[in-house]
Amino acid sequence: MIEFVSFMVVALDSAVRLSVPLLLACLAGMYSERAGIVDIGLEGKMLVAAFAAGVTAFLVPNPWVGMLAAIAVAVLFALIHGYASINQRGNQIVSGVAINVLASGLTAVLGNAWFREGGRTPQLPGHARFQEITLPGADLVKDVPFLGTLYSDIISGHSAPVYLCILAVPLTWFVFYRTRFGLRLRAVGENPHAVDTAGISVMKMRYGAVIICGILCGMAGAYLAIGQSAGFNNDMTAGKGFIALAALIFAKWRPVPALGACFLFGLLDAVAIRLQGVALPMIGQVPVQAIQSLPYILTVILLAGFIGKAIPPRAAGMPYSKDR
Amino acid sequence: MTVSAVVMSGIDKRFGAVHANKSVDLDVAKGSIHGLIGENGAGKSTLMSILFGFYAADSGTITVDGKAVSIRSSADAISHGIGMVHQHFMLVDTFTVVENVMLGAEGGALTARGEALTRARLKELGKTYGLEVPLDTLVSELTVGELQRVEILKALVRDARVLILDEPTAVLTPTEVEQLFVMLRRLRDEGKTVIIVTHKLKEIMAVTDRVSVMRRGEMVAHLDTAATSPEALAEAMVGRRVVLRVDKGPAKPGATILTVRGLTVKDEKGVTRVNDVSLSVRAGEIVGIAGVSGNGQSELLEVLAGLRAPLKGEILLEGRPVESAAKNESKRLRKMGLRHVPEDRHRLGLVKEFSASESAILGCHDEAGYGSGPFLDAAAIRRDCEVKMSAFDVRPANPDLKTALFSGGNQQKIVLAREIERDPILLLVGQPTRGVDIGAIEFIHKRLIELRDRGKAILLVSVELDEIMALSDRILVMCAGEITGERTPERTDERDLGLLMAGVRERAA
Amino acid sequence: MSAQARGELPLWYSAGLVPVLNVACAFLVAGLVVLAIGASPIDAVRILLRGALGSPYGIGYTLYYATTFIFTGLAVAIAFHAGHFNIGGEGQSLLGGLGIALVVLNLAFLPSPLLILLTIAGAALLGAAWAFIPGWLQAYRGSHVVITTIMFNFLAFGLLGYLLVGPMKRPDSMSLETLPFVEGARLFRADEILGWMGIAMPRTPLNLSFALALLCALFTWVLVWRTRLGYEIRTVGANPTAAHYAGISSKRITVIVMLMGGAFAGMMATNEILGVQQRLIADFTAGAGFVGIAVALMGRGHPVGIVLASLLFGVLYQGGAELAFDMPLMTKDMIIVIQGLVILFAGALENMFRERIAGWIFRKPVEVAP
Repeated sequence: MIEFVSFMVVALDSAVRLSVPLLLACLAGMYSERAGIVDIGLEGKMLVAAFAAGVTAFLVPNPWVGMLAAIAVAVLFALIHGYASINQRGNQIVSGVAINVLASGLTAVLGNAWFREGGRTPQLPGHARFQEITLPGADLVKDVPFLGTLYSDIISGHSAPVYLCILAVPLTWFVFYRTRFGLRLRAVGENPHAVDTAGISVMKMRYGAVIICGILCGMAGAYLAIGQSAGFNNDMTAGKGFIALAALIFAKWRPVPALGACFLFGLLDAVAIRLQGVALPMIGQVPVQAIQSLPYILTVILLAGFIGKAIPPRAAGMPYSKDR
Repeated sequence: MTVSAVVMSGIDKRFGAVHANKSVDLDVAKGSIHGLIGENGAGKSTLMSILFGFYAADSGTITVDGKAVSIRSSADAISHGIGMVHQHFMLVDTFTVVENVMLGAEGGALTARGEALTRARLKELGKTYGLEVPLDTLVSELTVGELQRVEILKALVRDARVLILDEPTAVLTPTEVEQLFVMLRRLRDEGKTVIIVTHKLKEIMAVTDRVSVMRRGEMVAHLDTAATSPEALAEAMVGRRVVLRVDKGPAKPGATILTVRGLTVKDEKGVTRVNDVSLSVRAGEIVGIAGVSGNGQSELLEVLAGLRAPLKGEILLEGRPVESAAKNESKRLRKMGLRHVPEDRHRLGLVKEFSASESAILGCHDEAGYGSGPFLDAAAIRRDCEVKMSAFDVRPANPDLKTALFSGGNQQKIVLAREIERDPILLLVGQPTRGVDIGAIEFIHKRLIELRDRGKAILLVSVELDEIMALSDRILVMCAGEITGERTPERTDERDLGLLMAGVRERAA
Repeated sequence: MSAQARGELPLWYSAGLVPVLNVACAFLVAGLVVLAIGASPIDAVRILLRGALGSPYGIGYTLYYATTFIFTGLAVAIAFHAGHFNIGGEGQSLLGGLGIALVVLNLAFLPSPLLILLTIAGAALLGAAWAFIPGWLQAYRGSHVVITTIMFNFLAFGLLGYLLVGPMKRPDSMSLETLPFVEGARLFRADEILGWMGIAMPRTPLNLSFALALLCALFTWVLVWRTRLGYEIRTVGANPTAAHYAGISSKRITVIVMLMGGAFAGMMATNEILGVQQRLIADFTAGAGFVGIAVALMGRGHPVGIVLASLLFGVLYQGGAELAFDMPLMTKDMIIVIQGLVILFAGALENMFRERIAGWIFRKPVEVAP
């Protein structure tokens, strides 16, 4: 029993860390797709952001400067996607694939050219990374059973982006449901004609959404490179952008459920890592791959309409033109 | 002396080769209900889209409340106090009524204050004009009549002084139409100006103070409603046209080919489109269905062709039942000898990206003559197309040219050639001459008569009255999904048909 | 009236100049990247071309890479013709490899020709089966095939990962692989075949599956442009409502194109697994499914274009490997950059030049007849 509790504490703690990039990317996708721009390039934007963060934090050993650089680069890539999708009315899926492939190649080429470490950026010293923050009182309550453990071991002791990310959920909720921008954003992904005839520029709204998407992807990438790790690694996103996409569908494009979905998927990942090679009583050894595949399987089942129905924003993926 | 709310003068607008508005003038008096009437494609919607800033006019000026204005976008129009209720509602289905009304008029970066204000405004407007709607219901759960009220409220909340309604009654039930008219009169009495765009004579007579008539891009008359009649309006709308002469002997109707009994069709939104229609078509006759577009003819054709499932009713083709809901029914019907020239050749009848010869086998691509086994014989298809092209005088007679590059008339000839050459026992024809030049019209009419004289049954749907008059042996008139009357061309005229089309039922014969 | 007078752009323009310009743009930007890392693009191109085409050895490798891309390119293109986007080439190829391994490891006693035929069938079958589920879900449940095929890529990686650390793992090895295949389950290499004819060629991985790939390209061409089924596929892709009018079932066509796409992607494993590796290994696809997207876009869905684009990517991959030797800055990832740029310019931005340049050349706006 004690073994189980300590197992869960460790798993939950690492689930929080693992779900942060998912959640940021998921919210990024939410802004974009809610505005009608399908984005399967979350993975690529996160990757270039992680790279930019790793490089910049090495040059200017300050994690916040690293994050700013990450955001700038991710926004640049988001604008490429925006230009292809909004101005050129190109295929948004193709554009997303292009961003992913381009990101994967470019980060490796530049990383190798600049640092000659096989695509990695140099290991960063502690002060160039986001440090873990011990929340006030965490040490005091450490020994209080359950609640104390929860507070000191799971809630406390993460780096700044983790808390920023968690804050981003209520903030996104507020933006979506309590602000003019959010109202228009949600409308433009459902019926851009209604937005246009209400005297609002569809193009401006969509660019706004795409830029926010870039900012959040930038934060996600920065966290990967200079929060969770001590530098950039080749393809360090490792499919997180797609899990985030799955979580977005799973959350039916809503912010609060997104928190749940990302935490669930992060937990699955954490558990899978810790169950590697461990035989469970009664069940035996659970294949890690089965647990890691669960997010994808659940998403497919959801998409198939067997458990509820995930209905994307109606105008998602469709270029807007005035003619009907 | 009346004051003008809106003056549009010399409005000219072209879309490529189409001259949609030819130096059009319109003067709408403040505090009046002004009707804008004309047939489909007469240019009414274009004119109103220009007034609402959706399109820019090529030339011409607009004056609102005596001030010359430049309207480049919907936002401009709204700021000049113009509101528009579009035929297809511009609402966000996943939003509540309040959210929809607020959109674009939120009154600040946060929505809370604006929402409270909008709520108050809506309650007040609801009382003043009798426009009551549930405020917190999702728009997707409202009836069509309620949706329209939301659209009107959207305009009023933005302080619209001029309200444009584009075909507002197209989707309403008669009771809802009555309620709408009560609302519009009340709006007028409160000093608002209303422009109502329609092609329904009855409504013009019922609700407007003045009426402007458009025909083929031109403004042809401005009349006081009280001083005119439906007959005069019908004539102005249709104009004195060159009567199309088709040499046509008397029909020799044979056995009944198509029998329809009690057919009712609902569309995807659950609106009844065809209501309890019964009809029959015999071999060797052309039965024409007249009616303003959108009165159920399209749905009727689609059901008969096996493309859409009816709610109830019975269809018999040579005594054998047609089951439109069944898989591959259109394929089976083709084999039974039913052919179909669809109303919308771009959506259904052709594939624009295909070469002419490929479009010319659409729906017949599995016939033995076009190849063997799973293969298609490109040379045979090409030859077949050449034969059809010369028989139907398609120009250019080039089977390899992309379908999109033929003119409307020649595209239609390709469709017609494909369907007629199959020697059908029943031909369904929808709008055979829409977007077709005069020369081709004559040609197409001749071929249809020839087919009839060969003893084939033809069901013709057309919104062109002279086409119906010229071709039909019997005329059925549809209005609001129902057949409002039957005539023979010898014993009717356009005014008579126009009244039936407007839903004025059989007079005492 | 001539086609041009009506606004039709001639074939040399729309299928020649415009795609070439788009791809040229991709290479131009790639050249800038090369410059940015302090290398000479001209040297790079020279080394790349010499490495890929300068020797029989290089050519062998180039064609070997091209083989893989023809398969994955066709897998994307066939679905494109029906208006669907199959991003699942990666996963479908992995399953194809599994199909081969299952046949060889269980039926090794069969005579070689029969065994090889069965492995090819196994590759096609499992690839098709993996694509069938997304296809069926799209047709009958409305789940978007783009998302489901992405999910199925990851599921395929998971499945193979599980099998190669567990049930199918080679017991005496640390790496993720199965037992080696029997000698009878190997496709002849080009150097062997040419050797029998008395032509000397250095040993390269180029093998018989190159011929299979060309056959598949020919099959696709015949199918799409010369059969009734192909006509139905193109109709569904170009105008679904007209397909309904013509009595063509879009659902059936959706399932069929996904099955065929999966089969093509699956057969890609014949090149890698049957031709070269001789055992099933993890991750042998190495992103080939995504190269397939670039190849299909660049080749505009036409088998001839796909073969040409595959050859170009073959040159890039082989030349890129040589390049990495001579210029340490230019890793194989440079090729991935080019690939991404090709997808961007030939795919997402394909219309960027079409009208603008048509305006300059033909001095009239492009207009489609009403």
